[in-house]
Amino acid sequence: MPERYLLPPDGTDLRSIDAYRKQGGYAAATRALREMTPEAVVEVVRESGLRGRGGAGFTTGQKWSFMPKPGGPKPSYLACNADESEPGTFKDRQIMERNPHLFLEGLVIGGYAIHARAAYVYIRGEYITAFRVLSDAIREARAAGLLGKGLFGSDREFDIHLMRGAGAYICGEETGMIESAEGRKGQPRKRPPFPAVSGLWSCPTTVNNVETVSHVPAIIMRGAAWFKTIGTPASTGNTLFGISGHVNRPGVYELPLGTPLREIIEVHAGGVRGGRALKAIIPGGVSMPVLSAAQADVAMDHDSLKQVGSLLGTGGIVVMDDTACMVRAAVVIARFFRHETCGQCTQCREGTSWLYKLLRRIEAGEGTLEDLRTIDSVGGYMEGQTICALSDAAAWAATGFLRRFRAEFEAHVHERRCPLPESFEP
Amino acid sequence: MSAVATGAPLLSAAVREAIAAEVTKYPQPRSALLIALHLIQGELGYVPLQAQREVAELLGIKPIEVREVVTFYPMYHEHSVGKRNIQVCVNIACALGGARHVVRGLEDRLGIAPGGRTPDGRYSLEEVQCLGSCGTAVCVQVNNEPYIENVKADGPDAANAIDELLKRIG
Ligand SMILES: Cc1cc2nc3c(=O)[nH]c(=O)nc-3n(C[C@H](O)[C@H](O)[C@H](O)COP(=O)(O)O)c2cc1C
Ligand code: SF4
Ligand code: FES
Repeated sequence: MPERYLLPPDGTDLRSIDAYRKQGGYAAATRALREMTPEAVVEVVRESGLRGRGGAGFTTGQKWSFMPKPGGPKPSYLACNADESEPGTFKDRQIMERNPHLFLEGLVIGGYAIHARAAYVYIRGEYITAFRVLSDAIREARAAGLLGKGLFGSDREFDIHLMRGAGAYICGEETGMIESAEGRKGQPRKRPPFPAVSGLWSCPTTVNNVETVSHVPAIIMRGAAWFKTIGTPASTGNTLFGISGHVNRPGVYELPLGTPLREIIEVHAGGVRGGRALKAIIPGGVSMPVLSAAQADVAMDHDSLKQVGSLLGTGGIVVMDDTACMVRAAVVIARFFRHETCGQCTQCREGTSWLYKLLRRIEAGEGTLEDLRTIDSVGGYMEGQTICALSDAAAWAATGFLRRFRAEFEAHVHERRCPLPESFEP
Repeated sequence: MSAVATGAPLLSAAVREAIAAEVTKYPQPRSALLIALHLIQGELGYVPLQAQREVAELLGIKPIEVREVVTFYPMYHEHSVGKRNIQVCVNIACALGGARHVVRGLEDRLGIAPGGRTPDGRYSLEEVQCLGSCGTAVCVQVNNEPYIENVKADGPDAANAIDELLKRIG
C-alpha cells in the first residue's frame, strides 16, 4: 500500500488536537509561520505541482500568486469550498470528519501564503457531522493559540469560520458559493472580475477545495521534490479516489494520481460485485463523460483521462456492471442537472429540461432516432456559452452516454422498451 | 407578505442570540442568513413568513430578500413538513444501489408519494440529490441529522427492511 498523508492510518483517531499533535501535527504551520515568508510558501506549493482537487485541476501555487500583496485597500480572504455535491464524490467529508486538524492546518498555511485576514469554509448543509467535528476542532485550535490573534506566537491575526449551504449543487461553483456566502441565491457571477480581484464581499479571494489545502502541510514538511515523486509529472501527489456503484468494497482510497483505473476497481475496491462483467465507469463525478469497460486501463491522472475523452474531475468513480441500463443512468444524471440549474442562462435552463425529457422518452420506449440526434444538437448549444460550467457538464454527461453506448440507445428505440430486464430503476 | 406581524415574536431568545453571535463573524450581517435559517428551521421545523420577516429585521434586509433565499435552497421549507422528514438520495450511486426500492417501500408503507406528508403529520417523504455518501448507498437523511447509510430494501426481505428503517427513523 502506498504511503498515506491525508487519511489517518487505520485504527487511529486523529480528531482531537492532542492526538493530531502527537503524530507531528501543526509542525508544518509552525514552520511556515515562523521560518518562511508567505512568498516562500507560495513558491514551494507552486514547485510541488499541486493542482486543485475540486474538479478543475488548476495549479494551486499559481492561483495563490494572483492574490495582491498586503497593504492594499481591502483585506484578502481564503474561501474554502466544502460544498462537495458532485454526484459520486464523497472524499472531502472523509478529511473533515476524520482528520479535521489536518484541514485546519492547511487553511492556516494557505491563509498565511495569500495574506488572508480569515478563512471561510462553506460546508454543504447536509454535512452536519462534518460541521460539528470542525466546530470542535476550531474551538480546540483557538484555545491552543493556533488561531486568532497572535496565532503560533506571531504578530498576526487569522481565524477560521464555518458557513453552511442549504442543498443547492450550484453553490459548489466558486462564484455561486461566494454569492451564497453573502446571503443570496447561489447564482454564479460573470467573470471577469475573477475572485482574486473581487470575490467575497468584493475583496480579493482565493477559492480552494478542502482536499487541495489538506495536501499543503505534507508539502511544507517534506518538500516539493518529495511531492513530485508521487503521481505523474503533470499530476503530482496522492489523491482521494471515491469509488461507488457496483463494486464489492466501495469507499475512499488515498492513492497516487496516475493509479490505473482497473487497479482501483479490481484491487482496492475488490472488483465488480457478484463477479459480473464491468460495463461502464464514470471517472470523476457525473459531470465527466462516461468510459466503457474497454477503457478501464486508463491511468487516473489529468492527461491520461483527457486522451480517452474524459476528465479527472473530482476523482469520484462510479462503476456499473452489465445489468445496468445506460439510458437509465443518463436519465438519473439528466434529472439531477435539470434540478440543479440555477436558471440564469437560457441554454442551460432550457437545455437541461430538454435533455431530461428526451432521455426519459427513450427510456420509456417512446423515443425515435430523431430524438437521439436532438440530444446531440441540444448538447452542442449548451457547451461553451454560459456563465458557468454546469451547462457544459450536463451536455457532456448526456452526449457522453449516447456516444459510448449508442447501440443500447438505438435498441430502446427499435424494441420500444428497455432491453435490460435486470437493470436498476432510475 | 402583507400581514402585519402581530403578537409575540416567533423566534425565541435563544435563536436570536445565536443569530447575533453569527453576525459578528462577517463584514456584512446578511452573510449570516443561511445559517440563521438553519437555526430557525431547527427550532420551528420550517421557516414561515413571519419568521422570515423577523430574520430580515435582525439582518437589516428586506423580507423578500429572505424569501428569495428560502425558496432557492432545497433544504429550507416554507410550509411545515412531517416531524420526521425522510430524504432518500436517488442520484446515481444510490440509484444503482436500489434507491427506487427504498422510495417505493416507504411510499407503500406510509401511503404517501414524495413531496407528501402523512395525515398525522409524523412523516414526510422527499427524493433528494447526492448526499455525498455514495460509498454507503442507499443513503437516507432525516431532518438535518447524521445520515442513515447502507439502506437496502429489495429482495424477499424488503418489507422487513422498511420496518427496520422506520424503527431507526423513530
Ligand atoms: C457546477 C459546479 C459545481 C462545483 N462544485 C464543486 C464542489 O462541490 N466542491 C469544489 O471544491 N469545487 C466545486 N466546483 C469547482 C469550483 O468552481 C472551483 O474550481 C474549486 O472549488 C477551486 O478549488 P481548487 O482549485 O482547490 O480545486 C464546481 C464547479 C462547477 C462548475
Ligand atoms: S450555466 Fe446554468 S447553472 Fe451556470 S449560471 Fe448559467 S444557468 Fe446557472
Ligand atoms: S449518489 Fe446517493 S449519496 Fe451520492
